[in-house]
Amino acid sequence: MNDIRSYFGPGHGACPGCGFPIAVKITLETLEGKAFVVNSTGCLEIVSSMYGRNVWAVPYIHSLFENAGAVAGGIDAALKALGRKNEGHVVVFAGDGATADIGIGTLSGMFDRNHDVLYICYDNEAYQNTGNQQSGLTPPGASTTTTPVGDLLPGKMGRKKDMIGIAVAHGIPYVASASIAFPNDLRRKVKRAIEFEGAKYLHVHAPCVTGWGIDGKLTVEVARLAVETGLYPLVEYENGRLVRVMKLKKRKPVEEYLKIQRRFRHLFKHPLGEKIIKELQQIADENVKRYGLEDEG
Amino acid sequence: MRKVVRGFYAIAYAVKLSKPNVICAYPITPQTEIVENLAEMYANGELENCEYITAESEFGAASVVLGASATGARTFTATSSQGLLLMTEVLYNAAGMRLPIVLAIANRAVSAPLSIWNDHQDSISVRDAGIIQIYVENNQEAHDMIPFAFKVAENKNVLLPFMVCVDGFKLTHAYEAVDLLNQEDVDNFLPPYNPVVSLRIDKPVAMGCYAPPPTYMEFRVALEYAMERAKKVIEDESKEWYEITGRDWGAHIKAEYCEDAEVAVIAMGSIVGMIRDVVEEMRKEGMKVGLLKIRTYRPFPAEEIRKALTNVNKVIVIERSLSIGSEPPVTLDVKSALFGHSSQEIHSVVLGLGGRDVPRTQIIKIIKEVYEGKVKPGKRYEGLKEFEEVIP
Amino acid sequence: MGKVKIYLGASSPAKTSEMKTGDWGTEWAKVDEDKCIACGRCITFCPEPCIEYVEKNDKKVARVDTDYCKGCWICFTVCPVDAIKMETKEIYKLEVC
Repeated sequence: MNDIRSYFGPGHGACPGCGFPIAVKITLETLEGKAFVVNSTGCLEIVSSMYGRNVWAVPYIHSLFENAGAVAGGIDAALKALGRKNEGHVVVFAGDGATADIGIGTLSGMFDRNHDVLYICYDNEAYQNTGNQQSGLTPPGASTTTTPVGDLLPGKMGRKKDMIGIAVAHGIPYVASASIAFPNDLRRKVKRAIEFEGAKYLHVHAPCVTGWGIDGKLTVEVARLAVETGLYPLVEYENGRLVRVMKLKKRKPVEEYLKIQRRFRHLFKHPLGEKIIKELQQIADENVKRYGLEDEG
Repeated sequence: MRKVVRGFYAIAYAVKLSKPNVICAYPITPQTEIVENLAEMYANGELENCEYITAESEFGAASVVLGASATGARTFTATSSQGLLLMTEVLYNAAGMRLPIVLAIANRAVSAPLSIWNDHQDSISVRDAGIIQIYVENNQEAHDMIPFAFKVAENKNVLLPFMVCVDGFKLTHAYEAVDLLNQEDVDNFLPPYNPVVSLRIDKPVAMGCYAPPPTYMEFRVALEYAMERAKKVIEDESKEWYEITGRDWGAHIKAEYCEDAEVAVIAMGSIVGMIRDVVEEMRKEGMKVGLLKIRTYRPFPAEEIRKALTNVNKVIVIERSLSIGSEPPVTLDVKSALFGHSSQEIHSVVLGLGGRDVPRTQIIKIIKEVYEGKVKPGKRYEGLKEFEEVIP
Repeated sequence: MGKVKIYLGASSPAKTSEMKTGDWGTEWAKVDEDKCIACGRCITFCPEPCIEYVEKNDKKVARVDTDYCKGCWICFTVCPVDAIKMETKEIYKLEVC
């Protein structure tokens, strides 16, 4: 398989139809393998770095679940001190739990010190490595093993943390969201990100076939629908200013996104389901307003 | 150059002479002044090829030096008490990844209740992590042990983190005349760090892999073997240190007056100085007492202790920490070293927790009681007030 | 038996693709080379990645490496010209009696 030019895989153990390998592969291709990869504990780490079965063709380090931001900062500092800055970019791949929950302290520290690091959060909206427990980035209404659907509760209550807002508030030079359904957009954003010196944050929506309860063949479709409904807006901030968004030509109702996923299926019959669907639609509407997603032309 | 300096400066200055590439820490009493001094040196441009970073927490600081060390940088951090406990997860990880990070620990009690004062509970609590631990008795030793730590940690037969444990306030903030090392001597002793495995674009490796049951155990035992090899390296480097500086700290232990002693006192850290003074005075009075200072708590010098105590009948272990629910930590190790080889009386004396004062008279009393056979062997507390727990 | 070699600090040297994941699924993707327009969408989206371009009769076409294809159907869904078919592996072609 040496004839396929890939810095990641094949031979990794991700589930058939998994979303994040698409983002990892595209990022490393875009950086032409000039990357020091830091990976937090999680799906990606488990499927790619078992001892003796390393599928990374770039320098790679996994330390802990919650310290990827700090480890990346340390690599950046070391490269500076040793005069090796021109060797490559420091890139983090971390899941949503590692980013928004347990590791948000070290992430914030890395942002605050403005290390020259591209931090990519692959967001599959729950702790999928351990079997779908809710994280701070699980959307409302999603059924997870720690927010199961019951007679009383319709899955997760509360909202999905706004990581883009949190990143922008740190005043770092580049913040953007992307999706595995839009690889060209992702490629461009990676390229744009590394033009900035300092901390860059890229939030990539990446469906999980088992946790979301979708067929592998729907991975790209589901990710696209998240964008097309306005639930997952693709936005781009440079030096704190919103500079670009992906406009939605004909916005779809959130039901279209929800109905094809097992984690939301109960919303269509649970007594509180309608309320949650309304809430999700309202979130999508807010996104459209906030980021100006509607294509007026 | 002999100068009257405070402990934190002696440590910071030795770190500077060791030419680290990345220093990262988070302030915590009584460690703070160590990194404040380094920050000042950094601000004045005295640290070449070095990045100084204040992290968002000790957990972050340890993670930053982990990343930097994995990239091939010589790294230093310092902490105390809660900070060390917060670092613990990272330190286990760094040891397993075989990263030669050097840490200065300004020893302080742990919470609750909160205390900023000195005992050894913090560093003792990470004894199983795979980190070399050395306890120093004065600021000269603290100063000397910094370049020494880098040399041992970075040895290709070792490659383990190294912790220099210095009693908080009692040493870190004390003024003492210290023979400050010069750059040339340190450079001759400590070559630049040349990592065996590191993150490089031209030779990519994956560090921190996970190991399934068929390989995990070998990695953990390899850590144990590395710690065992460290023993010899520490001995060799101690000899070299003596040749360069003329200061003989011993290697793993320093036994004094033990050959013919009836009673020997085992201790670690700054309390050793006072015990030595008492022992020497008692010797003058004709009492056969000795002192055994443990320097390296990990690797634990079981054989050296056994040998040094060959002719000793009664042993007093001075404990500055607890292992709640069992015997105090150093006692456990000493007993295990002696078990099956000899049958000394072991007295385990816990004292000075959370900075409680240990007067000289207390040490004299402890030794005399044992010497005169007035107390039974076992665990006891000195300087403890009678108390009862009441519900508020 | 020789000694087991373990790399220092649980590091793994250079990349390996020794885990052949082609036997995971019940199906494989197969490219209809006549229909293929070499747009590269399947290559971009393949998560393994196990699709590459090959030259076939002076024409560039996509080809799936069945050593690694897990049969996830992503290439099937993103192909704009229906040039990818999912083929059930021989051993899964069972007759129900």
